[in-house]
Amino acid sequence: MTRIFTGVGAVVVALFIYVGEVVVLAAETFASIFSQKIRWRIFMDQIVEIGLRSQLVVVITGAFTGAVFAAQTFFQFNKLGMGSAVGAVVSVAICRELGPVLTALMVTGRVGASMSAEIGTMKVTEQVDALRALAVHPVDYLVVPRALAMMLSMPLLVAECIGVGIAAGYLVAIGLLEINGTYYMANMVRWTQMRDIVMGLSKAFCFALLIVFISCHKGLTSREGAVGVGKATTEAVVDSSLAVLICNFFLTMALNIIFPAGYQ
Amino acid sequence: MLAVRGLTKSIGTQEILRGVDLDVPKGETLVIIGRSGGGKSVLLKHLVGLMQPDAGEIWIEGQNIIGLSERKLAAIRRKVGILFQGGALFDSMTVEENIAFPLREAGERDSKVIREQVNEMLEVIELEGQQKKMPVNLSGGMKKRVGLARSIIRRPSCILYDEPTAGLDPVVSDSINRLIRRLQERYHVTSVVVTHDMKSAFHIADHIAYLHEGRVYFHGTSAELERSGDTLIQDFLLGRSEGLP
Ligand SMILES: Nc1ncnc2c1ncn2[C@@H]1O[C@H](COP(=O)(O)OP(=O)(O)O)[C@@H](O)[C@H]1O
Ligand SMILES: [Mg+2]
Repeated sequence: MTRIFTGVGAVVVALFIYVGEVVVLAAETFASIFSQKIRWRIFMDQIVEIGLRSQLVVVITGAFTGAVFAAQTFFQFNKLGMGSAVGAVVSVAICRELGPVLTALMVTGRVGASMSAEIGTMKVTEQVDALRALAVHPVDYLVVPRALAMMLSMPLLVAECIGVGIAAGYLVAIGLLEINGTYYMANMVRWTQMRDIVMGLSKAFCFALLIVFISCHKGLTSREGAVGVGKATTEAVVDSSLAVLICNFFLTMALNIIFPAGYQ
Repeated sequence: MLAVRGLTKSIGTQEILRGVDLDVPKGETLVIIGRSGGGKSVLLKHLVGLMQPDAGEIWIEGQNIIGLSERKLAAIRRKVGILFQGGALFDSMTVEENIAFPLREAGERDSKVIREQVNEMLEVIELEGQQKKMPVNLSGGMKKRVGLARSIIRRPSCILYDEPTAGLDPVVSDSINRLIRRLQERYHVTSVVVTHDMKSAFHIADHIAYLHEGRVYFHGTSAELERSGDTLIQDFLLGRSEGLP
C-alpha cells in the first residue's frame, strides 16, 4: 500500500519538476527577449519554417474539418428544419474550438517535433556546449527566435485555418447540401461575434507558448545518442498535444468569462 | 592565470574527479595525460563552467568561477577558448560561417573584415579554399581544425584543447603541435592540452600532469616525467598493460 503511495508520489513530484522546468525556460526566454539582443535573422528563418512551411497542412486541416463539420451538422439540423443555422454553428465552432485546437495539434506534429529534434541533436553533439563556450546563451540563440516566431505565426495560422474552414463549410452547405446561401450567410454573420474570433486567436497564442517551450525544453534536456533524440522528439509531440488539449478546456472556461458565447 | 583546487565531480554513482589540484601560470602550456575515460574531458568542461563541480574551486585570472550564472560566465568564456574533442561544429553552418560565428556574435558586421579574418584562420589551420563545405563533409581531423579556428579567432588569452591531434595523420598532427607552440610564443596564450599523444606532449609541454583515478598523480616537467621511476607512469609512457589488474 505504501508502495503505491510512494509510486504515485514520485510521479506527481516528477510532474511538478517537469512543469517547473518548462516554466523556468519560459521565464528565461521572456527575460532574454526584454534584455538581450534578438537574432532577427534566425527569427526570419523560423518564420519561414513555422509559418510558411505549415501552410499546406493548415489549409487542408481547415478545409476538411469545415467541410465535414458542415455536413454532419446539416444531417442533424435538417431533421429539425434548421438547415440554414448550419453556418452559424460551423463558424462559431471553428473560431472557438476546432480552428485553434486542430491547428495547434498539426503544428505540434510538424514544428514541435522538428524543434526538439534539431535542438536535441545539437545538445547531444555538444553544439549546445559549443554555443555556451563561445559565450552565447542557448536560450538567446535557440529558444528566443523560435518562441517569437511561434507567437507571431500561430495566431496567423489559426486565422487562416478558421477562414478556410468557414469557406469550405459554406461550399459544402451551398454546393452539395443545397442550403439557401442567403440565410446561411445571414445566420452565420448574426451569430458569429468578434469575440469568437478573438477567443480563437487568444487560444492560438497560448498554444504557441505551450508548444514552443515544451519542445525546446525536451530538446535541451535530450539524452545521449540517437535514441535520446528520438525519445525527446516523441515526448515533445505527445506532451505538447496533451498540454494543448488539457489547457484548451481551462482556456475555454476562463475565456468564456471574458468573451461569453452566444448571441446577446 | 588558471588554478584548480580540490575539484570533485560525480555523475550518477560514478566518481569521476576526486579532488583535482592544478596550477597553470600565465603563458605556460600544461599537458594533461591519462587513461581514456579518466575524466580529462570532464575536467576541461569544468574549466569553462560547462559543468558544475560537486566541490572545489576554479580560479581564472583571480576570479572563482564556481557558482557564477550562465550570463556572468560569458565574460570568462570570451577569455578562454575550448576545442572540443569532436570539434562540435554547428552542422547547419558552412566552415566559413562556423569560423566567423564568434566574430558575428561579437557584433562584427563588416563582411569584408570577417572574410579576411576567416581566410587568415583557414591559412593557419591549412584548410584554404574549404570555406563553403558543410561539416558533414569534413573528415574528423578537418572538423577539429575548423573547431580550433573557431575557438582562436577572437584571440582568447587561454585555450583548452581536448585531444587536438587524436585521429590526425602525423603531418597534420605536427602542424597542430607547431600551431599550439606558435600561439604560445607569439600571443603568450596560456594553454591546457589533453592528449594521448606522448610525442606531441613532449613537444609542446612546459609541464605535464598525469590524471589517474580522479586525481593528479604526477605533476612536473617533461624531463621529470621521463626520469620518473614510477611504474604506473612508465607503463603509461611505454603503453604497457601488463601491470594492470
Ligand atoms: N554527461 C555525462 N554523463 C554521464 N557520464 C559521463 C558524462 N560525461 C562523461 N561521463 C563519464 O565520465 C568518465 C570520464 O569521461 P571523459 O572525461 O570523457 O574521459 P576522457 O578522459 O577520456 O576524456 C567516463 O566514464 C564517462 O563515461
Ligand atoms: Mg575525452
